[in-house]
Amino acid sequence: MANKISITVNGKMHTAEVEARTLLVDFIREHLSLTGTHIGCDTSSCGACTIHMDGKAIKSCTVLAVQADGSELTTVEGLSKNGELHPMQEGFREEHGLQCGFCTPGMMMAATDLLKRNPSPSEHEIREALEGNFCRCTGYHNIVKSIQYAAGKMNGATA
Amino acid sequence: MTKYIGKSVKRLEDKRFITGQGKYTDDIKLNNMAYAYILRSPYANAKVNSIDTDAAKAMDGVAAVFTGADVPESIAGVPCGWQVNFKNGDTMKEPPHPLMVRTKVRHVGDAIAIVIADSKAIAKDASELINVDYDILDAVTDPKAAAQPGAPLVHEDVPNNICFDWEIGNPKDEVEAALASAAHVTELEFVNQRVVPNAIEPRSAIGEYDTAYDRYTLHTSTQNPHLTRLLLCAFVLGLPEHKVRVVGPDVGGGFGSKIFHYTEEALVVYFSKIVGRPIKWTAERSESFLTDAHGRDHVSHAKMGFDADGKMVALQAYTYANMGAYLSTFAPAVPTYLHGTLFQGLYTTPKINVDVTATFTHTNAVDAYRGAGRPEATYLIERLIDLAALEMNMDPAELRMKNFIPAFDGVEKEGYVTQVALQYDSGNYEPVLNRALEMIGYEDFRAKQAAQNNGKLLGIGFSTYIEACGIAPSAVVGALGARAGLFESAQVTVQPTGKVSVYTGSHSHGQGHETTFAQVVADKLGIDIGDIEIIHGDSDRVAFGMGTYGSRSLAVGGSAIVKSIDKVLEKGAKIAAHLLEASPDDLNYEDGKWTVKGTDKSVGFGDVSLTSYVPHNYPEGLEPGLDFSSFYDPTNFTYPFGAHVAIVEIDKETGKVELKRFIAVDDVGNVINPMIVDGQIHGGLAQGIGQALHEGTVYDETGQLINGTYMDYCMPRADDLPSFEIDRTVTPCPHNPLGVKGAGEAGCIGSTPAVVNAVIDALWKAGHKVKDIQMPMTSERVWNAMNAG
Repeated sequence: MANKISITVNGKMHTAEVEARTLLVDFIREHLSLTGTHIGCDTSSCGACTIHMDGKAIKSCTVLAVQADGSELTTVEGLSKNGELHPMQEGFREEHGLQCGFCTPGMMMAATDLLKRNPSPSEHEIREALEGNFCRCTGYHNIVKSIQYAAGKMNGATA
Repeated sequence: MTKYIGKSVKRLEDKRFITGQGKYTDDIKLNNMAYAYILRSPYANAKVNSIDTDAAKAMDGVAAVFTGADVPESIAGVPCGWQVNFKNGDTMKEPPHPLMVRTKVRHVGDAIAIVIADSKAIAKDASELINVDYDILDAVTDPKAAAQPGAPLVHEDVPNNICFDWEIGNPKDEVEAALASAAHVTELEFVNQRVVPNAIEPRSAIGEYDTAYDRYTLHTSTQNPHLTRLLLCAFVLGLPEHKVRVVGPDVGGGFGSKIFHYTEEALVVYFSKIVGRPIKWTAERSESFLTDAHGRDHVSHAKMGFDADGKMVALQAYTYANMGAYLSTFAPAVPTYLHGTLFQGLYTTPKINVDVTATFTHTNAVDAYRGAGRPEATYLIERLIDLAALEMNMDPAELRMKNFIPAFDGVEKEGYVTQVALQYDSGNYEPVLNRALEMIGYEDFRAKQAAQNNGKLLGIGFSTYIEACGIAPSAVVGALGARAGLFESAQVTVQPTGKVSVYTGSHSHGQGHETTFAQVVADKLGIDIGDIEIIHGDSDRVAFGMGTYGSRSLAVGGSAIVKSIDKVLEKGAKIAAHLLEASPDDLNYEDGKWTVKGTDKSVGFGDVSLTSYVPHNYPEGLEPGLDFSSFYDPTNFTYPFGAHVAIVEIDKETGKVELKRFIAVDDVGNVINPMIVDGQIHGGLAQGIGQALHEGTVYDETGQLINGTYMDYCMPRADDLPSFEIDRTVTPCPHNPLGVKGAGEAGCIGSTPAVVNAVIDALWKAGHKVKDIQMPMTSERVWNAMNAG
C-alpha cells in the first residue's frame, strides 16, 4: 500500500507515494534521481549512503522513506552552496582524499557532521568518527588529512 | 620542459565525485528499464532435480523468469583467458562455466534463475516463489584437501580436482641437493588465506538492445571494457563485435575483481533482446561476496637454505592454489606466471624451484586481486627470510643486505636474469632498505624493544619485495599461455583549435588517469592541462584497449599516448616548417611552439593544428588533420621494488595486535604525480595490512561462506590503521619512454609479510618461538600462540 510522504531535500520539498518498505536511500536514488548517495552494502556497515537528516548524519539505508516524512535532508548534492565547494569538498580534492569516489559522498557527509560536533578533532577522533564508513582505496590516510584541511579552513573562516 | 610532470597536480576528475555527479553503472536509468534479481544456490555442491518458476512468472510486475534451460546449448559459458599446461604437457582442465546451471551447482552463489521485473523489489519477491529441488552433496573447500583421494569432485571429469600441475626454476634435485648441504634450512608450512577484494561499488551491469540499429550496449562496472566486449562477442554470445558497445563508466574501485568477464554481463545482454527492455542487475553486497572473484588462497610448504655466512643457497616451494569451482578469466596465470616467476625476490639465490598444483573446490572463483600472485610469492619469501634471521640469530635487515642483487640500471649494466624465467629491468635495492632503517631509527628501536616493560610486546617486521608490472610483452605472455595480447592503444586527436582529445584503452577506476595522463600530454605538447581531455572506458569512443590491471596503465597505456604524441609532433613539424619556410630539421619544439633555431621566427601549436584542418597553405603531399593512433607493446615487464617495515605492539593479556607504525619506501621508477602515487601506496598498504590483521574468508565444512557480509568479514576501518610513513627512491625503467614502473599494487605486495613478521619478532623476543600465526592475526590466535605449551 502506498504511503504519501513529504520530504525536503537540499532545500526543495518533494511529495511522493512510496511503499512502506522503501528505504530512504532508494527513495533518494530512484524517486529523486539523486545518485550521489551510494549503496555499498546491505547491512548498514559501509556508510556510502550517509546523508544528513534534520542536521545529523544518518545512514539512509537504515531509515525507511516513511520515517523521513516531514524531515529535512541534505545529500552530497546539497553540500556546495551557490556554486562554491564546501570546505570539506575542497579538502577532499586538495588532500587527495578520494580515488574511485564511491565512498566519498558518505565520507564527506559523516565528516561534516563530525566537524559540527567537534570543530577541531584530533587524528584519533577523526579516525574514530569514520568507523561507520568504509574506504577501500585510500587507506584513510588522505581522508584524515582532508578532514583536517576542512577543519582548518572552517575554523579559519569563523575565527 | 616539465611544467606538470613530477608535480602533485590536483585531480581533474575530482569535481564530479565530490559533488555527487559521478556516474556509476547503477546510477544509470534507461527508458523502460527492467531490473534483474538472480536466484543463487544456497548449497555448495548439489544436484538440481527441478526448478519451478511458474509462481514467480505469474507475479504482477514480473516480465520474465529464465533458468539455465533457457540459455541455448550453443552458449557454453564464460571462457578462461589463460592456458597453463600440466607438467606432462597436457592442457589444463577447463570445465565450462555456464551462465546459469542446468543440473548441478558447484558453489554457494551459483546462478539458478534470473527474474526480470519492473522493480528490483518485485524481482526479489518473485525469486522467493521459485521452487528448486536439490540433492545436497558433500563439498570440499580447501585447495590441498581437494587433491586428496576420495575428496568430493567439483567436476566429474576432473580427477582429484586437479586443474593443472606446474613447475618453474631449477631442477628439483639440484635444489634439494643445495638444501641438503646448506648450513641452515628454514622450513615453513602456512596458508595464505582467501580474501575478498571488496570494491565498495558492488558490480553492476545493464544490457540494452536497440532494434533500430540491431545493436547491443552493455554498461558494466569493469576495469576492462574492450576485453569484456571481445569475450562476450566472440566467446560467449556469438555477437558481431561491431554491433556491441561496452561502457565501463565511473567504476567504484576494482582491485582486480572487475577485470574479469562475468556471467551476469552476458545474461543481461542476452535477455535484453528477448525481453525487449534494457535490464539492470546490481549485486547486493552479500552477492558480491559470493560471486566477485576472490584472491590468494594458497596452501604452501617451503624451504629456504643458507650457507654458514647467511647467503641464500636454495629455495623450494610447493603450493596448492585454489581456483574455486570454475576458472575465472585469468585465474590460471595467478599462481603460475604471476607467482612462480617472482621467487628470486631481491636476492641472489642460485637454486630455486616452485611447484604449483591448482585445484577446483566448491567455492567461488579465485583470480587476480591487487598484486595477484606477487603478494603470495613475496609473502612466502619474506616470511622465510625473517624467520631464518630469528632462527640463525641474525639481524633481519643485515641478512637481506647480504643477499641483495647488486645494483643494475638496465643500460650500463644489463638487467638481472633470474632463475625463474624473468630478466629484471633495473634495480638498486640497498637504498630502499637503508632509507627505511633511517626512518625507523632502527638502532634506537632495538634498544627500546629490549627495554620494553609496559605489559606489551614490541616487534618489528621487514619485507623487501619485488614485483613484475607493466603487464605485459604480448609475445612473452603468449608463450606463457595468455590467450590475448597485453599491449595498449592510444589515439591523440588534436582538434582544429589546438585542444586535444586523448582516447586511451586504459581504464580509470580511482587511479586518476584523467589527471596523470593529461600531465604527460600537457608537458609533451607544451600546452595547458586544461586544453586536454582524457577519454576512456567506452568502446564506441575508444577504438580498442586492454584495460587496467597489473599496474600497467602508465607504463603501457601512457607509453602508447607518448607514441601518438611523437607522431603528432613529427607531422606538426612538417606543417610548421612549411609555414615558417624552413626545414623541419631546423626547428625546435618548446612551450607549445616551433621555432626556427637561432631566430625568433615561430609558429604555435594551435596555428599548426588549425592549418592541418584548413590546409589552404600546406605542404605538398601531406594529409590534412592531426590525429594519430598508436599501439604500444612493452619489451619487458617493469620491476618496482621496495622495503616495508611494520612496528607492532601486542597486548600480553589479550593478544591484541596494534600496528604502531608502518614505513614504506618504494621505488616505482619515475613519478608523474607524487600525490597520486602516494595515494596508490596508501591504499595498497591498507589492503595488505588488512590481510595480515583483519581479513579472510571462512568457509564451513559444507561450503558455506559464513562471513559473507560486511558485518562478518572484517575490513580495516579508519581507526584500525595508523597514518603511513612513506618515501621513495627513483630507479627509472630503462625500456619505456616515461621511465615509469607502476605503483598500483606495490603497497599490497610488500606490506602483508612485514606485519606478520613483526608479530613473530615480538613473540620471539619474548621467548615464544612460534614460526607462524595464521592470518588474519586475531587476538585469539596471537594469545594462543603466546600461551601454547
